[in-house]
Amino acid sequence: MHIEGGSHAHAHAVEHAAGAGAGVGAGELALGPGVGPDAVIGAGRRFALLGNINRRKLAAILTVIILAIILTVSVAGVLLGDKGLTADFSQKALAPSREHPFGTDLLGRDVATRTIKGLALSLFVGVSASAVSAVLAVIVGVCAALGRGWLDHAVNWLIDLTMGIPHTILLILISIAAGRGWRGLLIGVIVTHWTGLARIIRAEVLQLRSQHYIAVAGKLGRSRWWVMTRHILPHLVPQFLVGLILLFPHAIMHESGLTFLGFGMPPEQPAIGIILSEAMRSLSSGMWWLAFFPGLALVILVLLIDKLGECVKLLFNPHSAQE
Amino acid sequence: MSDVNIGPAVGAEVSSEGPGTPIEVLRVEGLEVAFSRYGKGWSRDRLKVISNLNLTVRSGEIVAVAGSSGSGKSLLAHAVLGILPRNAHTSGRINFMGKALTPARLKKLRGTRIAFVPQSVEYLDPLMRVGRQISPDRQAVLAAFERYRLDPSVAELYPHQLSGGMARRVLVASAVVGDPQLIVADEPTPGMSKELADKAMKHFRDLADAGVAVLLITHDIDLALGYADRVAVFYAGTTVETAPADDFDARERLRHPWSQALWQAIPANGFQPTPGHQPYAGRLPQGCLYAPRCPRKGHDCGHHAPPTVTIRGGEVSCCYAS
Amino acid sequence: MGSKLKVIKQSGAYLVRGVTLLIAISILSFVLMSLSPIDPMRAYVQANPGASAENIAKMEEFWGLNDPMPTRFVKWGSALLRGDFGTSKLYRRPVLEIIGTRFAATLALMLTAWTMSGVLGFSIGCAMGLTQGSFIDRVLKRLCLIMCSIPTFWIGLVFLMLFSVWLGWFPFGMAVPAGVAAGDVTIWQRLHHLVLPAATLSFLSFANVALHTREKLTEVMSSEYVLFARARGKSRFQILRQHGFRNILMPAVTMQFSSFSELFGGSVLAENIFGYPGLGAAASAAGLQSDIPLLLGITLFSALFVFAGNAIANGLYVVIDPRVREGVA
Repeated sequence: MHIEGGSHAHAHAVEHAAGAGAGVGAGELALGPGVGPDAVIGAGRRFALLGNINRRKLAAILTVIILAIILTVSVAGVLLGDKGLTADFSQKALAPSREHPFGTDLLGRDVATRTIKGLALSLFVGVSASAVSAVLAVIVGVCAALGRGWLDHAVNWLIDLTMGIPHTILLILISIAAGRGWRGLLIGVIVTHWTGLARIIRAEVLQLRSQHYIAVAGKLGRSRWWVMTRHILPHLVPQFLVGLILLFPHAIMHESGLTFLGFGMPPEQPAIGIILSEAMRSLSSGMWWLAFFPGLALVILVLLIDKLGECVKLLFNPHSAQE
Repeated sequence: MSDVNIGPAVGAEVSSEGPGTPIEVLRVEGLEVAFSRYGKGWSRDRLKVISNLNLTVRSGEIVAVAGSSGSGKSLLAHAVLGILPRNAHTSGRINFMGKALTPARLKKLRGTRIAFVPQSVEYLDPLMRVGRQISPDRQAVLAAFERYRLDPSVAELYPHQLSGGMARRVLVASAVVGDPQLIVADEPTPGMSKELADKAMKHFRDLADAGVAVLLITHDIDLALGYADRVAVFYAGTTVETAPADDFDARERLRHPWSQALWQAIPANGFQPTPGHQPYAGRLPQGCLYAPRCPRKGHDCGHHAPPTVTIRGGEVSCCYAS
Repeated sequence: MGSKLKVIKQSGAYLVRGVTLLIAISILSFVLMSLSPIDPMRAYVQANPGASAENIAKMEEFWGLNDPMPTRFVKWGSALLRGDFGTSKLYRRPVLEIIGTRFAATLALMLTAWTMSGVLGFSIGCAMGLTQGSFIDRVLKRLCLIMCSIPTFWIGLVFLMLFSVWLGWFPFGMAVPAGVAAGDVTIWQRLHHLVLPAATLSFLSFANVALHTREKLTEVMSSEYVLFARARGKSRFQILRQHGFRNILMPAVTMQFSSFSELFGGSVLAENIFGYPGLGAAASAAGLQSDIPLLLGITLFSALFVFAGNAIANGLYVVIDPRVREGVA
């Protein structure tokens, strides 16, 4: 919506408007209350409102569409039989065709079927790992912000510790500790992803806590628990949801990366990481479709989820996505 | 020693003519400023924020442009200095020392003969030392600092290290580094105590008395009246009246109904509000911009813009000016 | 004044925190390895099918696998303090020696990628920031956002397919041509083998740097101090040089230093794809074959590497921003 080019005039106007709203300053008095809101912001604000209604409608529609695509992929992953997954040497190493849009691999398996199954697996790991990770982040972030000083220090130290080792290395260590496979993958992705959101939540709670009505509630004799559940947690819902969705692509990329290296999902699963690491071995023979389509599908999935995060953010807070 | 000693640093050209014979330094005629912006999809439209603005500033005088906060009057300052954002479009005529102020000429004069005094230290790069930032010419900076009794060590400070009083003097000093003939000051006193604001205004008065033309943009008409020679009243992106500051002593001496309304809104004069509000830039009325609120409007005010006429030594844009 | 003392004090505290963090990381990673249900001996036996029972027992004794975990940790820890990281089962050489030689290769790779993403990202970010709102800016920004969503390993595979297999411009892997003695490898051959892995690795942070720079430059160019600088007659170029340098370039450099963690993580993937014999490839090989001493050594080394990057970044902040120096902001 905005006036293009980051107009500083606009910025000024908003600043002044904020000043006028916060209290009548000496300067405002000089002109008297007869002077209404100024020309530039008046129009800007109305324009913004109009733009946002359209943007919000669009965001809502996009959200539904993306959720539908994600749901379709997940359901298709479950419903698609094992037909495309079993070896069929008569269909070996076929280039993309109408029958096999993504081609077939060296064992004659349909790459498209495997890709959809792989995406469904990725979605499953992504949803579960980022959900647990986000819940963990909220618990840790709230504890750090509301707890005693040492708790805050401990949490910060824990975050530093987690971020002190490169994620890929930490994922490998955890995967080995859990004996590789599913369990290690899930724990690893959960452990490495909570830190960023925890910091955001902590800052948010600290800011909320400093607000008047919360302090008043405390003075009125409300218990900490009451204040937290009534006043603080509800405000964290948007942050939580947006944070959760934004964790998602990271979780998926780390999952597939780890699987690609051989530490994630077991080799019999049609995970994207497995498909790509198998494809790597036959790259020199020119079978480009083995790696190209599954990876591209993953990129598209990640982009869709990014877009979803953006839309949800806009729906919750219309002012956040001006750009 | 006077508070500010005006040496040869102030325009030789001006002082040779002497403050006694004022010359027209700045003349703004029919200025219009509009912003283009994106509408829905790819459509673009224009938002007019300044229209049909006329103003002159002579050497040795302070002309205060008074209007409500953020009403776009800062844009007048930016237009004179040619620092509007890229999506701004201007039309009309701006003359400096009798010649058109073209972009090329402006480029040469900006920072030397035409200087800008901003609102606050927010206008200084927080990561750069004050002295080097104002000008690479260290001698000039120190000379300007001396005029405002700033210690040379202040040049080595970072903006956040300046106290309120120091900041005020640094910003004024930055303007005199280049030996200006015109100083454009944009709200130089916001958030200042009365005492500090008076000191700041005193600096501008002294500069004007030494022959510099000062264009002072302010929302604090009360403060400006104590120092300005003339006051231009700003309404909805244009000046409706330019009157000698003395005329604000009595309501009857003012010409435009809006100036009179403003006069009534000054605390000392009864603090009476005027109903209604300024029109939004996107929705300016036809004809006279003040017509919708004007108690004196005639049936033709809504059709064509009023001409600017001179009455009792003041310019006013109103068909029914008194 | 006291600010110098303060800086020394702060750096001291930072160093102490770093050391405690490293100790904690070594305990954590050691515990993680001990928790593993994967029998390191089985991996050894698999790798050496001919090993006799007597040999296996000897190896178990050698690795101290029969001791309880705390005892093993103390043994390992005290050896570490003496500078003995143990011996790699995989390469049968001292861990420290492997890290040394492999890190040289990895460093060449990371440094190239790091510089490439930094310079390219910064330039494109500047281009976007200066033309903010224009068609070019919109297209570039969209591209950058897409690049952020592309996994490193897939882009590596795409590069391989495109430039090695299809176009044949670059070799298929390894740091040096096969069958050439180490001494005969020319610098050009090394560079030739470095290009694709480095491009892959730089892909990781390139878009981030560009977007960050764009944001910063937009912020600077619409700032009040740039407005005032223009009012003082400064040209666009002067403004970019005087206000841009501290306000955009240094933060970008600082950000590059604090991205060492992703850089190292990315090198594991890139080196695996291109068969580049660096530390990252060694880390995943050590993990897959349960070469615990080597994996622990690399973990500690990577943590130290990340810490060093963050320390430089923090130090730069202090140098650039007077407000940070005085603890104002």
